[in-house]
Amino acid sequence: MKAKDPRELDFFDASHLPAMDRREFLKVFGGGIVVAFSLVDVLEGQEGQRGRGPGGGNLPTDFNAFLAIREDGKVVCLTGKIEMGQGIVTSLAQMLAEELDVSLDSVVMVMGDTDLCPWDMGTFGSMTTRVFGPAMRAAAAEARAVLIDLAAEKLHRPAAQLAVREGVVYDAKDPAAKITYAQLAEGKKIERHLEKKPPVKAPAAFRVVGTSQLRRDAREKVTGRARYAGDMLFPGMLHARILRPPAHGAKLLDADVSAAEKMPGIRIVRDADLLAVLHESPDAAEAALAKIKARFDVPDTGLDDKTIYDHLLKVAPKGEESGLKGSLEEGAKLADPVIESTFLNAYVAHAPIEPHTATVRIEGDKVTAWISTQRPFGDKDEIAKALGVPAANVRVIAPFVGGGFGGKTSNRQAVEAARLAKATGRPVQVAWSRGEEFFYDTFRPAAIVKIKSGAAKNGSIVLWDYAVYFAGQRGSDHFYDIPNSRTTVYGSSWTGGPGTHPFATGAWRAPSNSTNTFARESQIDIMAARAGMDPVEFRLGNLKDPRMIRVLKAAAAKAGWKPAPAPTGRGRGVACGIDAGTYVAHFAEVEVDKAGGKVQVKRVVVAQDMGLTINPAGARLQMEGCITMGLGYALAEEIRFRNGEILDVNFDTYEIPRFSWTPAMETVILDAADAPPQGGGEPPIIGMGAAVANAIHDAVGARLYQLPMTPARVKAALDEKAPAATGRTKSALRPRTGIA
Amino acid sequence: MDEKIGFTLNGKPVSIGAGGGRMLLGVLRYDFGLLGVKYGCGEGFCGACTVLVDDAPVRSCQTLLKDVKGRSVVTIEALAAGEALHPLQKAFMRNDALQCGYCTPGMILNAYGLLRRDPNPSRAKIIDEMSGNLCRCGTYARIVAAIQDAAREMRAEK
Repeated sequence: MKAKDPRELDFFDASHLPAMDRREFLKVFGGGIVVAFSLVDVLEGQEGQRGRGPGGGNLPTDFNAFLAIREDGKVVCLTGKIEMGQGIVTSLAQMLAEELDVSLDSVVMVMGDTDLCPWDMGTFGSMTTRVFGPAMRAAAAEARAVLIDLAAEKLHRPAAQLAVREGVVYDAKDPAAKITYAQLAEGKKIERHLEKKPPVKAPAAFRVVGTSQLRRDAREKVTGRARYAGDMLFPGMLHARILRPPAHGAKLLDADVSAAEKMPGIRIVRDADLLAVLHESPDAAEAALAKIKARFDVPDTGLDDKTIYDHLLKVAPKGEESGLKGSLEEGAKLADPVIESTFLNAYVAHAPIEPHTATVRIEGDKVTAWISTQRPFGDKDEIAKALGVPAANVRVIAPFVGGGFGGKTSNRQAVEAARLAKATGRPVQVAWSRGEEFFYDTFRPAAIVKIKSGAAKNGSIVLWDYAVYFAGQRGSDHFYDIPNSRTTVYGSSWTGGPGTHPFATGAWRAPSNSTNTFARESQIDIMAARAGMDPVEFRLGNLKDPRMIRVLKAAAAKAGWKPAPAPTGRGRGVACGIDAGTYVAHFAEVEVDKAGGKVQVKRVVVAQDMGLTINPAGARLQMEGCITMGLGYALAEEIRFRNGEILDVNFDTYEIPRFSWTPAMETVILDAADAPPQGGGEPPIIGMGAAVANAIHDAVGARLYQLPMTPARVKAALDEKAPAATGRTKSALRPRTGIA
Repeated sequence: MDEKIGFTLNGKPVSIGAGGGRMLLGVLRYDFGLLGVKYGCGEGFCGACTVLVDDAPVRSCQTLLKDVKGRSVVTIEALAAGEALHPLQKAFMRNDALQCGYCTPGMILNAYGLLRRDPNPSRAKIIDEMSGNLCRCGTYARIVAAIQDAAREMRAEK
């Protein structure tokens, strides 16, 4: 079934499908035509592969899905992708409806079920539309051609004469001669392969793609009927609460469970590192957990959210250089002056409102797990390994997922639930509390960026020497026209090696890129201000990439940008970036309370070129969501910790954006229908840090070098002192800029 | 055994002896299977668990079962009249005012309480009254629009 040609499709009857329970399969389809497609090596040559996947280096080998044309006329798409709010349940259906010429209503999406859907590496990296999408469109186009061939045989008309509308194949010259997809699918055993691949539709022929569609899952969500992993409840199911260490790296010395044990209905499981109390009532399990008296040895690492940056520099591995161009020495001579800056950003939590949850049921040798996951197939393998059973015995189902943002690519809770289900012989649910969610989150890594750059008197950038530590590679390459330039990436993956971070880190929406864009675009503004030039004109003067120029000009026009060197006192800032193939430009407008340092973002304009836009309404939702979420890492979000203890464990001290923060938002999607579709769920978040930092500078003349830009740090910058957070330590790494 | 606590749940009288010291959130989800009530933070900071008690929004994770004795509790499951959705539900759909949907029931019920107190709230008032409900997907602007939209429809219906 694995085709070597990425475009190769196999058409076959359901009974030929391997690794799938035929009974289950027919339950879904009730017969019909099945189209399987795979896309091999599709990521070859794609940017940002390094460290892809939660384990690092876990590269995908193929992409697969099935389409099925059912006897009832419904078109079913089975994909291992999952819906977590990003809206692919709508946009994938649009692509399918378009190429097959069926109504959007007739498309049924079956997502994230490892028994029904073919392998998929996971839903992250803004890859669904740009990587999976083209494969699915090609498959649908080919399926349509096969259906037309079948119709030609039935209708005794030449295929070239046939047209399709809403799933009805008809003779364009004699519309009375027609047959539906449903009729063609009836009792079919299809195994057919086309020699000549039909092209996908040209944008001019689109009826569904490119039109704005509301979310298809909204009704379930507004009525409370949408089911998430924690809503899977079974008779006899036990809710587990697990004894957690007070700090990362802490070792359990002893635990007295005698009081907990006495509670009626309580089960206690001790299995190696796992000590859990279980009860049919989650409240009772919680009460039992509180009765356990445990002692832990908490190591003194000396690391906290202030000392971490020095530590990171100390443990940094050898850097990977890329993009070496010209001569840095020559550039330094031409620069007037050379400006050196250091930028920092804190650990940031994913903080989805639905905490990590898993419900696991074991019946005979069959393990079924409902998980709040972005990576069902990865979880399947992990559960199989933990239980010592063949992966084929494990079925993972991702129901609705209550937000992911990269954090649900890692699912420790699923393995915990599986082990406890095995130990107790009962279905078990592990639903993390908010505190556990903050403790075991795979945070966006703390990171450092050091830049040495300079422009000549005429405003052309002549030197760019960029070094990033532990944020990762994505977005570290600049896109300006600079003759002397180098990028060095220390610790190319966001996970870091052993001994790097005091707890788990991972991919956080547009991983690496928000950090890199913050640093790069702040530095560009610093140079522009130093040159006495308007920041937009300064950028345009150093750009040659026509896509970026177009995006920046579109955003400036929408923002009503009036050129002037910063600081103007107006409080407006700009930032550009590229992520997941999408070009994006942000403009932010802020008000700064000089007395308290509080920043209110009043307005944000985002323009992007994302190639072909499948669902403009959905893309705009993602743009607004990114702006809103991006305010958090820009202004407030920072995990504080000491010796492995996470000090922010709920939303009282870990502030995420709320209604009152929401700025006026204007989104511009540039027409690029002839270009391949690119990422939509992540790119519009990357510029938020820099656009706001630059706007603060424009407002009050103070430059912020550290994210988040808390009132204390803004105040400190205003006072022209070191930011409070690092000022209390003897850190050699005070974020600063200086003229060399 | 704890005394039985009686209250009205989604229009029907119910009685439960599960322990008055329990929080309403767990009782609604696990004793009554009303799964539209969501756990988000357990400490009243996020609003995902919001339900109506005597038509006013409360955080069910911070509300003791015994405190709803004799009162009327409504969850998201009962906001629609059968298949006819409440104007707020329709407005959330029309305005794409949700993404992952996990905070949505709490948002809608909090907005319900707001519109009950003030059928024509200003934008500033909506933002102020909703600010205790968190959405990580960043749909706040759409939710404000949806509430204004629903308020218009509800006033027109009267």
